[in-house]
Amino acid sequence: MEKKTSSLKLYMHYLQIIIKSAMQYKASFFMMAFGQFMVSFSVLIGVYYMFQRFSNVKGFTYNEVLLCFSIMLMEFSLAEIWARGFDTFPSMIRQGTFDRVLLRPRSEVLQVLGSKFELVRIGKVLQAIVMFVYGMTHVEVRWTAAKILTVLFMLVGGVGLFTSLFMIYAALSFFTLEGLEFMNLFTDGAREYGKYPFGVYGKRMLQITTFVIPYALVQYYPLLYLLDRTGNPIYIFLPLAALWFLIPSYALWRFGVQKYQSSGS
Amino acid sequence: MRKYISFFRLRLVTGLQYRTAALAGIVTQFFWGFMEIMVFHAFYEADPSAYPMTLQATSSYVWLQQALLAFFGAWMFEGEIFELIKNGNLAYELCRPVHIYDMWFARSVALRLSRAFLRCIPILVVAVFLPEGYGLGLPASFGAFLRFLLSLVLALLVMASLNMMVYVASLFTISGDGLRILFCSIVEVLSGQIIPLPFFPEHVQRILEWNPFASTGNVPFRIYSGNLSGAKMYQAVFLQIFWLILLNVLGRILAARGEKRAVVQGG
Repeated sequence: MEKKTSSLKLYMHYLQIIIKSAMQYKASFFMMAFGQFMVSFSVLIGVYYMFQRFSNVKGFTYNEVLLCFSIMLMEFSLAEIWARGFDTFPSMIRQGTFDRVLLRPRSEVLQVLGSKFELVRIGKVLQAIVMFVYGMTHVEVRWTAAKILTVLFMLVGGVGLFTSLFMIYAALSFFTLEGLEFMNLFTDGAREYGKYPFGVYGKRMLQITTFVIPYALVQYYPLLYLLDRTGNPIYIFLPLAALWFLIPSYALWRFGVQKYQSSGS
Repeated sequence: MRKYISFFRLRLVTGLQYRTAALAGIVTQFFWGFMEIMVFHAFYEADPSAYPMTLQATSSYVWLQQALLAFFGAWMFEGEIFELIKNGNLAYELCRPVHIYDMWFARSVALRLSRAFLRCIPILVVAVFLPEGYGLGLPASFGAFLRFLLSLVLALLVMASLNMMVYVASLFTISGDGLRILFCSIVEVLSGQIIPLPFFPEHVQRILEWNPFASTGNVPFRIYSGNLSGAKMYQAVFLQIFWLILLNVLGRILAARGEKRAVVQGG
């Protein structure tokens, strides 16, 4: 227990340093945050104009899609903020700085997570919050405590899922020494296409996103509950089931660490 | 002129080296293309009468866009150029007996061509064999195909000129990061990469057609499927030529100014 609390303290210390150093370049920080906001804002413009033309997609209205989009964006951006260390991990391997990490008497995951904390992505989170509030107040459902809980579980499950995907991306670079572009499909791609409920992409896609990489568990199914399409209380807890994905990705990471041979630089 | 052609060739050959990356890129783009088309089908089902193009034209549009992503991708900048503006190596560039505007222009075109060259053919070949409404259809006519090619070349040159505006502007601002991000999000909306321009409401579309970003992929991709034809097509192609000339004249003037007042950073 002693170790646990001190790990948390260490992580907080990491954060403090990173945020302090980011604040040295305030103008640049706000510009980048604004840039992040704009990037996802352009996606919203696309969605907005599609719904100017069409009243629904597979039975989902504009406000319902906004709700879906905002929760997905929040899950992704929060994971991106705190797990960005995994994203830049390939360069850590290439430059040989991971050797240093291994020498320290602390968990590697903690140190990698603590190496980066990209607060500029707050621009995206901010947009997600605005969209969420708009969607929440405009959909025709009654908000209950169970539904708020569902949203919270979606965030927990989603952040966990995206973190595991970032971790897989990092773990693969133990073997390839470079980042693999196609992994973007599972992170950026999922955020991009997760703006519409996964049911929109056909049955096959829904099966894949349920059983292979459980995006639908943190998006489609709980959304059905939020929108009163189903009253089954199991749907409230489904997002937490997506956390099973942490197990194989952590195993892959451990395997990578054991196999690790320094790149020699 | 010969020096620029050799710069161009040099970049082209370097770009062609990244074969594994290209393979990964192909797989990724297939998937993105597929998802994109599924969305359009879902919207079509909701209300076919509100759908502004034929389904086939949209899927051709999506596949051309995916195959030629490197031609019009907003984020495709030469990081090196921003680097040398920031770290002061610009001084060496200015010493060379070449015009930096022309040199960077040649590099931008070469980068896009080399990236697209490796990726486009496999994507296009497979997309042709996908079922109707999901794959890449045949061009509307042989004439349309020729006009598509002509417009595609113009579109690539316009895109490179737009890149040049950002490089040249960084000569003044030194750090190009903010500009770059802003540019990316603007391009994606105004050029019809997020959704094709016909999907915008009529009054918005009428204005958007005139913006310089619409003179990129939007024109050739729609000529290909016959969505853009007749007088409107000629108008769009002339607009491409207009923007190409205007952007280059402007870019050159600004570059000359920027060179003169360039502050070389560091030592």
